[in-house]
Amino acid sequence: MISIQNVSKTFGRVQAVRDVTLDIARGEFFSLLGASGSGKTTLLRMLAGFEGVTSGKIVIDGQPMQDTPPHLRPINMVFQNYAIFPHLNVRDNIAYGLRRLGTPKAEQARMVDAMLEMIALPGYGDRLATQLSGGQMQRVALARALILKPKVLLLDEPLGALDKQLREQMQLELRSLQRQLGITFVLVTHDQEEALTLSDRVAVMSNGQVIQVDTPSGLYDRPVNRQVAAFVGTMNFFDARIRAQGPDTSAEIAGLGRHPVAPSARRDGDRVLVAIRPEGFALSPQPPEGPGPRVAGRLMARQYLGGRQLLHVAVEGRAAPVAVAAVAHRGQDPWEGMEDNPVWLGWSRDAMTVLDAD
Amino acid sequence: MTPFDSDLRPAPAGRPSLAVGLRNRVHRSEALRGYLLLSPALAVLGVAIIAPLILLIVMSTWSMSGFDMLMTPGLGNYAIIASDPIYAALLGRSLKIAAIATAATVLLSYPVAYFVAFHVHRHKMLWLILLTLPFWTSYLMRIFAWRVVLGYEGVINSALMSLGLIEAPMQVFLYSQTAVTIALAHAWAAFAILPIYVSLEKIDKSYLEAAADLGDNAARRFWRITLPLSLPGVVAAFFLMFIPTVGDYVTAAMLGGPDGMMVGNLIQAQFGPINDWPMGAALALVMTLAVAVAGLAFLLLTRMIRR
Repeated sequence: MISIQNVSKTFGRVQAVRDVTLDIARGEFFSLLGASGSGKTTLLRMLAGFEGVTSGKIVIDGQPMQDTPPHLRPINMVFQNYAIFPHLNVRDNIAYGLRRLGTPKAEQARMVDAMLEMIALPGYGDRLATQLSGGQMQRVALARALILKPKVLLLDEPLGALDKQLREQMQLELRSLQRQLGITFVLVTHDQEEALTLSDRVAVMSNGQVIQVDTPSGLYDRPVNRQVAAFVGTMNFFDARIRAQGPDTSAEIAGLGRHPVAPSARRDGDRVLVAIRPEGFALSPQPPEGPGPRVAGRLMARQYLGGRQLLHVAVEGRAAPVAVAAVAHRGQDPWEGMEDNPVWLGWSRDAMTVLDAD
Repeated sequence: MTPFDSDLRPAPAGRPSLAVGLRNRVHRSEALRGYLLLSPALAVLGVAIIAPLILLIVMSTWSMSGFDMLMTPGLGNYAIIASDPIYAALLGRSLKIAAIATAATVLLSYPVAYFVAFHVHRHKMLWLILLTLPFWTSYLMRIFAWRVVLGYEGVINSALMSLGLIEAPMQVFLYSQTAVTIALAHAWAAFAILPIYVSLEKIDKSYLEAAADLGDNAARRFWRITLPLSLPGVVAAFFLMFIPTVGDYVTAAMLGGPDGMMVGNLIQAQFGPINDWPMGAALALVMTLAVAVAGLAFLLLTRMIRR
């Protein structure tokens, strides 16, 4: 549907986007995730046509689009500040794009009514844009873009201005709307939770480059480097060194000892990082049974998060405690009052991700 | 006991002093505070505008008998204004010249304001200061300059003659309504540019991007977004220039000739050589009223455009 081929963008001496190549499938909910300055918004604005490309190609639905002005692209956008026209009421805002197409008046009215119904704001048609709340403006912006039946809808941090509760509600609504309409959505966000909740696939951007493109669970389970791993969820990083002898590869992990890992191109003695999610560990008061790797430690602190908890365990040979996720039991929690007691950490080989050391 | 303890003493019993009471009231009442802040402006308004206006209204009902002012109230002056067509004609001409000059100025100022607002990215302040440059010379000086430019042996005529386009100097430039219109437009340009600039500058660029995104090309974006959103500046520019120019008489006196005479010249004459102050007062009031009606009509017109 959208094919971004070797696209770069330079502003003066600043390279905002460097050689990005991405393919976005029809009907996909795709997110560009990154901190501010990562180039994600510039990339989105190049898709919309507000910024030209310095080099590279953008192909939408088989048509090269990098030189097409924004008003001729089969794309519509929901702006970060919504950009609801202040001199028009809700109805005229939503019908804005239809006016030019010469759709019959009665048909326009019917379509706008259907849109107002869809965004759950029936009867708001005559309100002025200035009388709307943030959440309502967001819906109007969505309706104004979707009424034109675009092939692609771009969303620039559409939920950033909303409070947490409304944001979560709108996330669900956006997702179900996208499923229902089958339109390709491209979302820009700096909120990893939002990206993971909404998207089919996420591109993590940093420094103008795409670091990793994957499904949410792929990003979470198989991050390609420390940056992605740290950006998405909580992660324990361990300094480690590869020990390769013959067919067997293992890692000498600070605080956890030497354990076999999946073979790779890395050579004996290479410095690496081993990453393990808090859920990757199982904590027990006694040495766990079975053959898996294990290490003894001391429970330092409990961090109650409602429904689940993070247990911080100190292990020898590592300065920072290891974070371990556990279910928080109502009433009788086995870890209550267990601070300062010895515990055992167990994990499986699959839980370990070996990354390049920075 | 520390010095601070004194603050903790219970307040003295009985009524608070008048000053304290007043202060409390001022602190509590937002409206009162507002009026207090406004009071210098209100005082000036009262002394310099309301009082003279009342005086003008009262005087307009008086009449002259020889060199004496008769203070018996009556509507005689208004009857004369209504019956003699010269007054209506002069008033109509004044409104027309002012309207044409204002319209021309606003029309010419809009692109300048647009350019500074959207296409000047550095040294904006310098541009704005340069736009006020005509004000750095006296108004009278500028009018004399226009006489030099427009006159019988002036810049335009000699230029046209040396180009061989005309054989003898043309009379049409100076002492005509055109001359008055040109001088007015030149003099008031900055007053039109600045409010339009401010209203254009305020327009969030994302509105224009949104309009482009929704399929509008540059021309449609201008008609549907930029123009409606800058209309308040256009209206302000119109009033800022139209109201004073209707009553202007210096420009008309210096450049207008008999054909370019405006109602302001007549009013000035009533208070000067003709020495009929009551008639002058009545004429001034009629002019004010006419300006108000014209302004209202313009406002209604822009409302309709905005729809």
